[in-house]
Amino acid sequence: MTTTLTKHEQYLADFRVLEQAADGSAPAWLRQLRQEGMARFEQLGFPTARRGNEKWKYTNVAPIADAAFRYSASPKTSGVKTTALRRVAPWRKEWTTLVFVDGRYAPTLSSVPSDGGGLRVASLAEAFRTDEALIEQHLAKHAAFEDDGFAALNTAFLSDGAFIHAAGGDEHAPVHLLFVATDSTQPQVAYPRTLVVTERNTKLTLVETYVGLGDGAYFNDAVTEVVVGDGSAVDHYKVTLESANAFHVSMTRATVGQDALFSTTAFAKGGALARHDLHMALAGHGSSCKLNGLHLTAGREHIDNHVNIDHAAPYSQSYQYVKGILTGTSHAVYTGRVLIRKGAVKSNARQADKNLILSERAEVDTKPSMEIYCDDVKATHGATAGQIAEAEEQIFYMRSRGLDPKAAGALLIRGFVKEILDTVKLEPLRAFLDGVTDKALPEFQFEGFGDRDEQRER
Amino acid sequence: MAEPMLVIRDLHVKVADTEILKGLSLSIGKGEVHAIMGPNGSGKSTLVNVLAGKPEYVVTSGAITFEGKNVLPMTVDQRAREGIFLAFQYPVELPGVSAWQFMKTALDSIREQRGEEPMDYRVFDKMWRQKIKDVGIDQELVKRSVNEGFSGGEKKRSEMLQMMVLDPKLALMDETDSGLDIDALKSVADVVNKRRGPEKAVLVVTHYQRLLNYIVPDFVHILIDGRIVRSGGAGLALEVEEKGYDWVREAMATA
Repeated sequence: MTTTLTKHEQYLADFRVLEQAADGSAPAWLRQLRQEGMARFEQLGFPTARRGNEKWKYTNVAPIADAAFRYSASPKTSGVKTTALRRVAPWRKEWTTLVFVDGRYAPTLSSVPSDGGGLRVASLAEAFRTDEALIEQHLAKHAAFEDDGFAALNTAFLSDGAFIHAAGGDEHAPVHLLFVATDSTQPQVAYPRTLVVTERNTKLTLVETYVGLGDGAYFNDAVTEVVVGDGSAVDHYKVTLESANAFHVSMTRATVGQDALFSTTAFAKGGALARHDLHMALAGHGSSCKLNGLHLTAGREHIDNHVNIDHAAPYSQSYQYVKGILTGTSHAVYTGRVLIRKGAVKSNARQADKNLILSERAEVDTKPSMEIYCDDVKATHGATAGQIAEAEEQIFYMRSRGLDPKAAGALLIRGFVKEILDTVKLEPLRAFLDGVTDKALPEFQFEGFGDRDEQRER
Repeated sequence: MAEPMLVIRDLHVKVADTEILKGLSLSIGKGEVHAIMGPNGSGKSTLVNVLAGKPEYVVTSGAITFEGKNVLPMTVDQRAREGIFLAFQYPVELPGVSAWQFMKTALDSIREQRGEEPMDYRVFDKMWRQKIKDVGIDQELVKRSVNEGFSGGEKKRSEMLQMMVLDPKLALMDETDSGLDIDALKSVADVVNKRRGPEKAVLVVTHYQRLLNYIVPDFVHILIDGRIVRSGGAGLALEVEEKGYDWVREAMATA
């Protein structure tokens, strides 16, 4: 443990600097919360893939633990221009957009209507002053950090982030939270933090985008909490486009009320290591959640989707469909755990993941599981890792119509991603993701299909 | 006899070290419709798959020429671009791939081989709609992903639509009649018959004579144990249907 602590000293030192700098301006309960976060991080440290630690079995975070990421209490946001953001991230004038540069709110790059009707969007730092009671009621109440070193660390550095409070109907413009990472000589860590609270019968479309502007190393340790009020529907998108050398660890916690829906689409491309820990708590009678996921990994990239769905109420519905395309020596991990508690009668859970492995050196570890403590439910799950045999049949079929292997592979891969991209209801975002995918796909090609022909010729 | 289009000479083919075709010879002339009949395991499907260029089928000796060109070194897609089309017994589903896009890409590949420009998309679209009508396939069905969730009969119609769009010189039909009801069978036959002409040839592979009532072949060949043991006109199919393959075997033994 002593060596671990040494690695953590930098975080502790940065924490002390933040504590002094923020002294006086932050509410007492927040300072208390941060201290609890830091104390817990010191006890937990970063997770290790030691025996029995199923949560981190296939993902080694040593590269994060071993690196010296610095935290800047006051990063400069002035070097970033809107034009640069529009090139790398979805962007719409009509959207309410909050931009964060290296974790710090950048008001000049953001656009927030002065009167949002029932929709209030602000930086957390500002909202601590204006909406303190509501924030205190929810912040860190959904994203527990007792068992999670990354969440504990995020909480320790909780000083800014995004705050969204939505009430009254469905007239709200989509909200975009854009977390931008810049290149710097010293690798930086940022702690994006988001709190979303929707009141009764409210519709909200929310996009969270994480994007790197350069190709440098940095670390995003993000936490998002979403409270979906009774009868409300939140259409949530998480777009992860981190730079090739970046580390991204995020926790998303959604608590879904009676007859409410939390729908999330996760799109991820890039990142040396990306871990998404998504927990959806179906707390209210008739609550639903939906996950559509698509990730593209190349080179030595590693992605880990860790999904938990907790059916705690009767008539709750969950749906998960995660697809991955892998090339190079990349590695994808998917753990999908569905818990149906006693009393969650008439619940319905569906879960599936599919992977297209284009290279023999790429690896998929998939572990869907269901724990059911209630008789009267419907639950199905299925995983298809490595559809090489099926893909070979498909490619042969397409080639038999005259397509060369490259064209056949490209069409097949495009078809594979389309199924998920087509579920994106927010049209400008769908178009943006289509573009990102089209640009990435030339790198994603079937390896080895041509070799067979050569063998036959001999 | 018509000018030969496809010539197969003393073809020996192995699949996973088992010899399936053991010296098969066959010549198909331009404009001709040939039918190959045979019991299960005789090598019917192997023959059409090896002609299409399926990699698992290894040609150990013999020759195949198509319009005078050596077919054996050609990959499956090269053969398709030369004008050979295989209507699959079990067509594959292509999730997320639109039939329109698939056929436009395929047709443009074939046109490129012939030194032609890609087809204007409006011209293609018009032709596409016409062919859908000709084949009698449900409009809504072809808006979906290729073959996805199609019934057996719908898949066969989808094959016929693709054949109409790509307009191959030689169509190979691998047990296209299997799993079809009589109406579907008639409509498949109708498409094949419409395409008959002096430049087109068809090789139909079937277990039963039933399909040959509607696609009347110019020549019928009986394939048993990897060899063509008997050839004749359309009447041979009826004879086989009546007397069974054992009759052919017995005739061989006494010959």
